[in-house]
Amino acid sequence: MSEGTVKKFMFVNRKAPYGTIYALESLEVVLISAAFDQDVSLVFMDDGVFQLKKGQQTKGIENKNFSPTYRALDGYDIEKLYVEQESLDARGLTEDDLLVDVTVMSKAEMGKLMETMDVVLSF
Amino acid sequence: MKFAILINEGPYQHQATDTAFLFCKAALAKGHEIRRVFFYHDGVNNSSSLTEPPQDDRNIVQRWSKLAEEHKLDLVVCVAAALRRGIKDENLAPGFRISGLGQLVEAGIEADRLVTFGD
Amino acid sequence: MLHIVNKSPLERNALESCLRVAQGGALLLTEDAVYAATRGNAAAEKITAAMAGMKVYVLGPDLDARGMTDRLIEGVTSVGYDGFVDLVAEYPTNQSWL
Repeated sequence: MSEGTVKKFMFVNRKAPYGTIYALESLEVVLISAAFDQDVSLVFMDDGVFQLKKGQQTKGIENKNFSPTYRALDGYDIEKLYVEQESLDARGLTEDDLLVDVTVMSKAEMGKLMETMDVVLSF
Repeated sequence: MKFAILINEGPYQHQATDTAFLFCKAALAKGHEIRRVFFYHDGVNNSSSLTEPPQDDRNIVQRWSKLAEEHKLDLVVCVAAALRRGIKDENLAPGFRISGLGQLVEAGIEADRLVTFGD
Repeated sequence: MLHIVNKSPLERNALESCLRVAQGGALLLTEDAVYAATRGNAAAEKITAAMAGMKVYVLGPDLDARGMTDRLIEGVTSVGYDGFVDLVAEYPTNQSWL
């Protein structure tokens, strides 16, 4: 059945990077999903928007800075990145603070988009 | 209906794996199929054969092994997450196998529903 | 879709975020999230308000385990693990708000 099946996968990122491993390991799943030719969307909301903040310097905490990977996603044909406006607002961020091109949408638009998915993975 | 299960937390620290286990048991009792249980993040710790809980506590690892044996479940532990946390073939409990993240995506494609249990 | 929340609303924002974006469907409260649907909890009003647009369920065994069964607010349906399975089967998509 999986042969040729294309499902709409959504990865919902709601956690900040570095404090926990979820953001990094979520990104690893996203990269793998590209190999399966699925219709992949990434959502960043709540503290997940911090994953996309420009200027991350991780040398001092001796962790790998994985934020450049978000910019490489279009090379994997993963181009649907969505950010919730309300989450940006609540964190003093604007689209200009983000290191990659995204589509900013309202909470209601985000909710409607989720309804159109087949598989939603939340990390 | 075919279900796929994703477990993101280890045993004992979080209730997630207990809830997932009881969900699987209920689904199987209703005649559904569990296509695959995928263990990711600290969830890989559910597969350690070195786990030794006190006698009066549930044995979460053995419980998964037993369920897998009874229902021929495919319990897959993510290799990258496992190696990070010291889970290898030599300390893998019966019924589990170590494989790649592609197995999670494949399960999501093949199953009718994927349910995530985590923190 | 089916929204699943497993954290106390007084500890995490999962419930709040879920209710902010959810467009109807159903909400299932499990594990520590069951406290949200109990009388006197600061989040109970949010649950009551949410019931206008979505069906709300709690996982009964989690309520029992926490000694909160008699405090369940009106209009919320308590289900067992079999009911949890039925809800997942009923809704084509589900999301766990981790």
